[in-house]
Amino acid sequence: MADRPLPPPETAINWFKSMTLIRRFEERAGEQYTRAKVGGFLHLAIGEEATIVGAVAALRPTDYMIATYRSHGQALARGSEPGRVMAELFGRVDGLCRGRGGSMHMFDLERRFMGGFGIVGGNLPLAAGFGLSSDYLGNDDATLCQFGDGASNQGTFGETLNLAALWSLPVVFMVTNNQFGMGTSLERHSAQTDLQVKGEGFGVPGLECDGMDVIDTWAVTEEALRIAREERQPVLVEALNYRFRGHSIADPEDYRSAEEVLEWSKRDPLLTFGDRLIAEGVINEQQREAIDLEAIATVDEAVAFADASPEPEPSSLYDDVYVLSDEVRGWYSADHRGAGLQKGEELC
Amino acid sequence: MAEMRYREALNEALTEELERDPNVYLMGQDISVFGGAFKVTEGLMDRFGEKRIRDTPISENTIVGIGVGSAMTGLRPVIELMTINFSLLALDQIINHAAHVRYMFGGQVSVPLVVRMPQGAGHQLGPTHSHSFEALYLHVPGLLVAVPSTAADAKGLLKTAIRDDNPVIFIEHETLYGQRGEVPDDPDFTVPFGLAAIRRAGSDVTIIGISRMAQTAECAAEQLAAEHGIEAEVIDPRTLRPLDLDTILESVAKTNRCVIVEEGWPHGGVGANLAALIGEQGFDDLDAPVGRVTGVDAPMPYAKNLEQISFPHEQQVIEATLALFGDRKRALRG
Ligand SMILES: Cc1ncc(C[n+]2csc(CCOP(=O)(O)OP(=O)(O)O)c2C)c(N)n1
Ligand SMILES: [Mg+2]
Repeated sequence: MADRPLPPPETAINWFKSMTLIRRFEERAGEQYTRAKVGGFLHLAIGEEATIVGAVAALRPTDYMIATYRSHGQALARGSEPGRVMAELFGRVDGLCRGRGGSMHMFDLERRFMGGFGIVGGNLPLAAGFGLSSDYLGNDDATLCQFGDGASNQGTFGETLNLAALWSLPVVFMVTNNQFGMGTSLERHSAQTDLQVKGEGFGVPGLECDGMDVIDTWAVTEEALRIAREERQPVLVEALNYRFRGHSIADPEDYRSAEEVLEWSKRDPLLTFGDRLIAEGVINEQQREAIDLEAIATVDEAVAFADASPEPEPSSLYDDVYVLSDEVRGWYSADHRGAGLQKGEELC
Repeated sequence: MAEMRYREALNEALTEELERDPNVYLMGQDISVFGGAFKVTEGLMDRFGEKRIRDTPISENTIVGIGVGSAMTGLRPVIELMTINFSLLALDQIINHAAHVRYMFGGQVSVPLVVRMPQGAGHQLGPTHSHSFEALYLHVPGLLVAVPSTAADAKGLLKTAIRDDNPVIFIEHETLYGQRGEVPDDPDFTVPFGLAAIRRAGSDVTIIGISRMAQTAECAAEQLAAEHGIEAEVIDPRTLRPLDLDTILESVAKTNRCVIVEEGWPHGGVGANLAALIGEQGFDDLDAPVGRVTGVDAPMPYAKNLEQISFPHEQQVIEATLALFGDRKRALRG
């Protein structure tokens, strides 16, 4: 909805910088993957920057944010250091999760980015749990939970929305409708393709935003968060967008036509927002380029930082499996390789 | 004999069974247009159509439940779960219904269902995507569990699984899909359940390898022979339930030592179970405690260097085997 007014220039520029950083970061991550610096699955959010930045912009620093395996962008938008996000992709000790989680499992507690989760639909109940804590503890923190169109078919979707409504939890559920769950298109996986209405029967009203437009995404998310926070009414927001790359790096994309991708790429959120900022005199062409160069430099530094970070020590393999207590008797582990883990051995 | 990849062997088994029995149908995420996340079902949609090759939403528990319901009423569903990790979402339907329906209704119905899914570490997929769960499914009475490690077994066991009237948990391995092997041409070729394969004959120690670890065990055995003069007998049980315990016990009676190799966790693992059975049934034949080589007792880390030391390789199998001999030598000397 291009008719929404621009936010104050400083805000608009920050959003544009954030979107540019995500775009450049994702491109570089993909490149590093082909150089085998990054392993596992790599799901890029190229094309989805407006949905990420607009939604995150509506959050307070104390609000909780939770997303999926496609969430480098969410971490960056929340303010995680790009070097630490990249180091996680590289599986290094300075990664956000010390190399334990990888691309699919980002997490930054300090910034209340409560994780990327590899199991489709697995994050919805957790979001309701964050909401329960806020409610229980009597604060006015809200939670924003992003998940995909495909995830809206998981049992946890209906179960979580029902409970969130029943218990008046301050949670905004945002279905990022990029119109595909892997290689299966929306109309082939969901009987109800108007996803914003999918929560109504559970007592969760729906809103919709243009996920290719950062301003619209921000405005709708902000309103949804207000309803959740002030009226204690969970809301479902459908953000319609499109991913420009494959589901993950290894995706031949046989399930959609090149024309369709081309058609959507005309609505590239980075391009259209940048054009608008220029058209309305917020920035000029040189500034757009400077912002881009700055993002590229930041990503360069992130790669250098990740490259310089050591691999985790083999002896750290068993760190954090348990909170080890001196008070507990007995063996935690059946494995002689776990140094500190055969707790209670000395007691036997 | 024809040489083909493990994934092609599976595809052939599915094709032949779909052709043989009109009540066999396939269901899973991205199996039709996409051809399956690991391309096992490639081409089947074109050949058999959408009625029999059904794409589903991401709804694991319900997909399996629908499979159970249709199996109770005359069909023979073969479900593909994208990976074994996601079968955790379907555990309710798999255990409470697929495994128990026949028993709890006094044998009035059966559940001829196959749930196919790959497992295994080594691809840097982190804690949620690297599980090995044969022990979990072995635990459940009512389920059968197949763990093919070769292309021929993949085909032969899958055909048997589809024809069997019990629910079968059919565990494939992600790193084996691209491996080639000789597969018999005969369209009636099947591999019976409950028959272990002796991959290598030997007289000094029995090494039992589960799923991909059967191959790791075989490689370790070659090195043990070449470098240590130890002749290992390598056994691939192929199905964990039913289990060919006779072949295992006969081997142990001959070798007097046994090592079990699996990718999963040690606590309550397949090795723990087999060691108990061998201890109970073959105690007098053992010269040393049954050895186990397992994945580490921790979630699977993402970092490559950590992941690589988190599941068994040949070297650990060799060390575990040598330890059994070391102990004996010490015992003799002592
Ligand atoms: C429970 C579960 N089933 C299957 C998968 C494999 N998988 C990963 S992403 C994905 C598609 C999800 O689509 P959607 O929810 O639309 O999110 P998108 O990737 O489009 O952002 C699938 C099937 C998984 N990770 N978890
Ligand atoms: Mg999607």
